[in-house]
Amino acid sequence: MDHTARKLPVLLLFLVTALVLVYGVLYPNLAVVTTSFQRSGQWTLANYRDVLAQRVVLEAILTSIGLSVFTVALCAFVGVPLAFLFERYDFPGRRLFGALAALPLVLPPLVGTVAFIFLCGESGILARTVQHLLGLETSPWTLRGWPALLLFHTYTMYPFFYVLTGAGLRRVDASLAEAARSLGASRVAVARRVLLPQLTPALIAAALLTFMTSMASFSAPLLFGGNVRVLTLEIFTARQRGDMTIAVTETVILATISLAALVFFQRYEGTRKFVAAALKGATRRREPIKSGGVRVMATLSAIVFSVILVLPVATLILVSFAGDGSWTTQTIPSQYTLGNFRRLFSEPQSYEVFLNSLLMSAIAAVGALAWSFCVVTLLMRRVRSRVLGPGVRRILSLLILIPWALPGTVVAVSIAEAYGQPGSLLGSFVLVGTFWILPVIYFLRFMPLVVRALQASMEQLDPSLDEAARSLGARVWQRFARVTLPLVWPGAVAGTLLAFVIALGEYVASVLVFVPANRPISIAIASELRDFNLGAAAAYGVVLIGIIAISMIVAGKLERWRA
Amino acid sequence: MMLLSLNKIEKSFGSTRAVNDVSITVNQGEFFGLLGPSGCGKTTTLRMIAGLETPDAGSIEFEGRSITNLPAERRGFGMVFQNYALFPHLNVFENVAFGLRARHKSKAEMEQRVAGALELVQLPGYGKRRVDELSGGQQQRVAIARAIAIEPALLLFDEPLSNLDVSLREQTRGELRELVTRLGLTAVYVTHDQEEAFALCDRIAVMVGGKLMQTGQPRELYERPAEISVARFLGRNNFIKSMRLSSSNSSDGEFKTLEGDHTIKFEVNHDDLAPLNKPVVLAIRPEHVRLTAPDTSVTNSFKAQVRQVVFAGATSTVRVDANGLLLEALVLQPNGLQVGQECSVVLAPEHLRLLRNE
Repeated sequence: MDHTARKLPVLLLFLVTALVLVYGVLYPNLAVVTTSFQRSGQWTLANYRDVLAQRVVLEAILTSIGLSVFTVALCAFVGVPLAFLFERYDFPGRRLFGALAALPLVLPPLVGTVAFIFLCGESGILARTVQHLLGLETSPWTLRGWPALLLFHTYTMYPFFYVLTGAGLRRVDASLAEAARSLGASRVAVARRVLLPQLTPALIAAALLTFMTSMASFSAPLLFGGNVRVLTLEIFTARQRGDMTIAVTETVILATISLAALVFFQRYEGTRKFVAAALKGATRRREPIKSGGVRVMATLSAIVFSVILVLPVATLILVSFAGDGSWTTQTIPSQYTLGNFRRLFSEPQSYEVFLNSLLMSAIAAVGALAWSFCVVTLLMRRVRSRVLGPGVRRILSLLILIPWALPGTVVAVSIAEAYGQPGSLLGSFVLVGTFWILPVIYFLRFMPLVVRALQASMEQLDPSLDEAARSLGARVWQRFARVTLPLVWPGAVAGTLLAFVIALGEYVASVLVFVPANRPISIAIASELRDFNLGAAAAYGVVLIGIIAISMIVAGKLERWRA
Repeated sequence: MMLLSLNKIEKSFGSTRAVNDVSITVNQGEFFGLLGPSGCGKTTTLRMIAGLETPDAGSIEFEGRSITNLPAERRGFGMVFQNYALFPHLNVFENVAFGLRARHKSKAEMEQRVAGALELVQLPGYGKRRVDELSGGQQQRVAIARAIAIEPALLLFDEPLSNLDVSLREQTRGELRELVTRLGLTAVYVTHDQEEAFALCDRIAVMVGGKLMQTGQPRELYERPAEISVARFLGRNNFIKSMRLSSSNSSDGEFKTLEGDHTIKFEVNHDDLAPLNKPVVLAIRPEHVRLTAPDTSVTNSFKAQVRQVVFAGATSTVRVDANGLLLEALVLQPNGLQVGQECSVVLAPEHLRLLRNE
């Protein structure tokens, strides 16, 4: 076989990868930027002048950033101590909390928001309980504004800090701390000068994730932000009003802030990376807590935190069984029925919503899986080709990262802007108003997850397996089908399932561009809530959580099976 | 009959030149070794033979045809990897049958050939086992069975025994050699272990720093290393830096050692190897250094003092100092040798080698 023939598959993969990135990432984002700098065909800064002249917009920008900064601080304040407690010590109840800790991460933001309203809202279970206990005339509090947003953000985003700090602590080589102690450092000095520097990368990564998620937060500001206006919400209302130019300009501002944060955190992270000097370290054993009082306290805290984690979901389940109009001034609903679920599965306009979301998410996830194989094959260092220098690989990785880093609002607006009308430069097609717009957006938003999962699986693959297959006479496709695929599919499918469940509950982007004939679950939940069909809204949420739980269990099984 | 030839092949990774101008020929039915310290380019050379790397320059011929750019999957060479590279998702049978499936063999033929291959490596009836249920030695034999099941035109080994413990390694070594001979196969075997290479191979190419230093039969390499680097790599040696003195008789060389100022008499075969009045290196193996009672009447015997006696079981190493020239001698029984004792050290001319300096 000559050289060109061997390069052909690589070229083909490159073409598929490039097409998706050009049409899905490069062109839409450039289109948005271009539009924001143009007015009636002329290049101008007028849009920015107009937008930034509005007090509301300036306030929204500052609010978004401020909210995110406070969110990061609060999540660190909650997540890091919990990680230390549950990762380094052993006591009854530790496993219970450990199993539940990441629960808020898999809760779709809209469902979480709804559950939070039912639990903590001014007419929620907690407020009513306090009101009845103290015999107050009105609700003791309202769930509005900054405190409400910060509370909800802390609940949903603290797991970033908990999970990453925990993982960081597990990686810390125990012999380093022992060496420091043997050199005469005190416990405090060891924590400050040995432990903390090693945890820094994990803390920065957690701060980044929290900041980005908070910047993109939409459901909570929409439903209980009160007069706290954030940027995502401004973009949404501008679009609803029909002020497309303003929406687009604000989108560029939001995207710029998000990407700037990404660059800032990653640059900082780069200076704080440590390569373990030791070849073989020892992981620290969990220290059992022996002192009786402390042990009781620790166990109690495990139980309390576990209950806090479960309460919103439990509330949602409770409300999903509430009879029509049975929950007005009572602490908890007075009548219980299966009616909400029965309606969900019997009325076509209800179950169609599930079918829509399942279909669109499946298309997006399977598409992401197939495409990830192309990308990851190209990104593997073993594929040597003149077209694919390290520079091209870096650009590919960057372009893949962009839709993940951008808030869902930005992705939706840019796709809607780029594929809103026909006849653009790239011979573009219309997506807006068709079935395909949501699957495309889901694909773009969540494919980075699949690429990452597949990349991790591929990197664990011993390169000599492929070489052994070559020496035994297996051609490219035989090797892919009989060696690579069987070994990477558990990891790849686990990643795909994750993308699938996140797409199932997607709301931020869906609300901007959904087609009435093809409503996803999240839109149905929001409209039931607007019509005060609380039971129905909760029932949708419960079924959604059920599907997510099953998918995550399957994904977990696959991950373990791989290991 | 020549089967495989590498002609002036070169390979670089980035700025490192891994293989530099290497030419090798391997004959039909030969067990050929590639020996050298780690990083010497022997594995890269093997991978180029296998087709897993393409040479930057030079050509590879097999049965008289150029295979330089032929992909690995079309060469039909069996390869045994250092980590065995068994497919973890397939059982033993499927691992051994992998190459046969790629060749679309019939089910009956496949079963018969897999059974035959497993029989040869003494693992009959292991087909249904998962590969992770096997011991290291068994996995290694499955890897060999997989490579011979395709009836390879050439069998390549990349340090296949390095993951086994010492006692198993020696046993497997013997079985491996017997198997290859019985099947009449030609093998290229990469190792950094000289003992292993000596025990297995008909001929060995010694590589150092990407270059081919010397090719020859094991005994020849050991007894007559041509280069200082080969001598240094193969067993222990005393290297004596010396200067050849001008002499009336050209074949009867006389050397002055730079350390100790001794005169060594040594018959030179090729004058060009030892130009007059230039520093050269003479080598003698520790087992050929004789220690005697003080007596300087014998040729090349110098007065020395015992510096250190290191007991190592069957033999002992004695380090002596002959007026500043430090020498090592291997003795079977260091009877009565004491540190500080005076003795004589004898360097028999027939055991001295004159080495090319690199």
